[in-house]
Amino acid sequence: MFSRILTVAGQEIRIGIRNRWILLATLILAVFSLALALLGSAPAGTLGVDRLTITVASLASLSVYLVPLIALLLAFDAICGEVEKGTLLMTFSCPISRTEFLIGKALGHTLVLTFALVIGYGLTAGLLVGMGAGSTAGLTDFARLIATSILLGVCFLALGYVLSSLTRQSGTAAAAAIAAWLVLVVLYDLALLGALVANPSGVFASSVFPYAVLLNPADAFRLFNLTALGASELVGGMAGVSETLPFDPRFALVSLIVFVAVALSASAVLIRRITP
Amino acid sequence: MNTSSLLVENTSKNFAGFKAVDDVTFDLNAGERVALLGHNGAGKTTLFKMILGFLRRDGGRISVLGAEPGSHAARSGASYLPEAVAFPGALTGKEVLTFYARLKGEKPALALPLLERVGLADAAGRKVSTYSKGMRQRLGLAQALIGQPKLVLLDEPTTGLDPISRQNVYELIGEIAAKGATVLLSSHALTELEAKTDRILILSKGCLVADDQLNQLREQAGLPIRLKIWTKPDAVQEVANQLGSTRMNGRSVELDCTLDEKIQALSAISSLGNLVEDVDVHAPSLDDVYRHFSNTAQKEA
Repeated sequence: MFSRILTVAGQEIRIGIRNRWILLATLILAVFSLALALLGSAPAGTLGVDRLTITVASLASLSVYLVPLIALLLAFDAICGEVEKGTLLMTFSCPISRTEFLIGKALGHTLVLTFALVIGYGLTAGLLVGMGAGSTAGLTDFARLIATSILLGVCFLALGYVLSSLTRQSGTAAAAAIAAWLVLVVLYDLALLGALVANPSGVFASSVFPYAVLLNPADAFRLFNLTALGASELVGGMAGVSETLPFDPRFALVSLIVFVAVALSASAVLIRRITP
Repeated sequence: MNTSSLLVENTSKNFAGFKAVDDVTFDLNAGERVALLGHNGAGKTTLFKMILGFLRRDGGRISVLGAEPGSHAARSGASYLPEAVAFPGALTGKEVLTFYARLKGEKPALALPLLERVGLADAAGRKVSTYSKGMRQRLGLAQALIGQPKLVLLDEPTTGLDPISRQNVYELIGEIAAKGATVLLSSHALTELEAKTDRILILSKGCLVADDQLNQLREQAGLPIRLKIWTKPDAVQEVANQLGSTRMNGRSVELDCTLDEKIQALSAISSLGNLVEDVDVHAPSLDDVYRHFSNTAQKEA
């Protein structure tokens, strides 16, 4: 069982290396995070906060946009693409269960994502430390950011598998993936903010809004990271919400894990119903 | 307990009222090479997918090596080459074969010599995207031979191959059948199958219309042997009269006869002496036999 899962995962990683996917994702993360770290260096001295911590705060916002996109692009083709090419017919005629196949894909993609995040963000952290701008506490923040970014990525990988097993053509799956990104990462926030602005002291703001933030992995990720940094006074925006929350912000982490479990189970059920 | 490699009994499949496979029954024994013939859309691929457990049958029974289709036991003992596979182009032939060997629980070192057997030893380290169509098909065939399967299902294995590659494919099929594996291959390239398969199944609009050896099918079809007699100039009419034929064509006369009458007809022709220049004998080809069974079934329907 494990050897079959590792075989599928290994193939995904190999393909990721060959078609330069890993390189591209790493490069994008490195370039954006370096830009943020260097351009965002001005306020560090005046606030007297560790520069690594400030960078982590900006990178958390970057992750919310980039990591789901990278994850969806890795995952949208995973199942329907193989149906289209005919390779799934061959793979499923081998003694491998569909769940094993799915776990193998998820493991491979997670490792690809992990590599890109560790190297991409790690470069930035290394550079800041090298410039003498980091402390141990800042490095812990960085490690937390990378770990939760991976978890956020897995949420969207799992969502990508659900979309990929619901569609028959990879073109349709790609469109669905982009739509999912747009809704969860951009429009969801806008809708929540709109509702808040319309009625800042109503029932929505006090008892619906905080849970609505938990439901969306992108918001849950941001909430957890910014509150964990204690950086709400630095970044403002959504982080200011944390003081008024009716629950411990660490619930946001639980919400991410629950999202992964639900989405992966859903795709495991859906992939059984596919006729390759 | 049954000893057949593949047993299909009264199996049917409907797609929204359209009968893709209609009450098909046959069974295959170890070491048999069987060809499944049918026009496009006759239900060949649907039948394969039911045998593999990808599609649920609407009725009947299928047993693959004594196990339920799609079960672990069935998938461990059977292998499949789908029609028109696109392997991941970024990987090399060797990597693709290693991947499938691992999935089938076979040591890659034992599977890799298969690349040599299908003539891909030199290309093993090259990316699949650089392969020709024939090379990809041969890579797929190597995949289907990993781990000495007891039942090999090949969906149109020779489509798009040049004559020499086809020859190689049939040689390989002969080899694996000689080792006791059952090979079921589908095709619509008919004439190339002669003498390369033990049995022929003909599927027409979802129905199995024939299941026998080729020469038996020929006999059942009762198709005439066609003799074409080339004559001396100006002797066409005379030869036609002598042989009792009415079909003339410039310098040749055509004559149909059954297998029993063939020798008699030939001796009648040779007795015409130097009026005749040459004789062509056309036994009905597999194409003719196939058309006969396919048409008969459609008329009945």
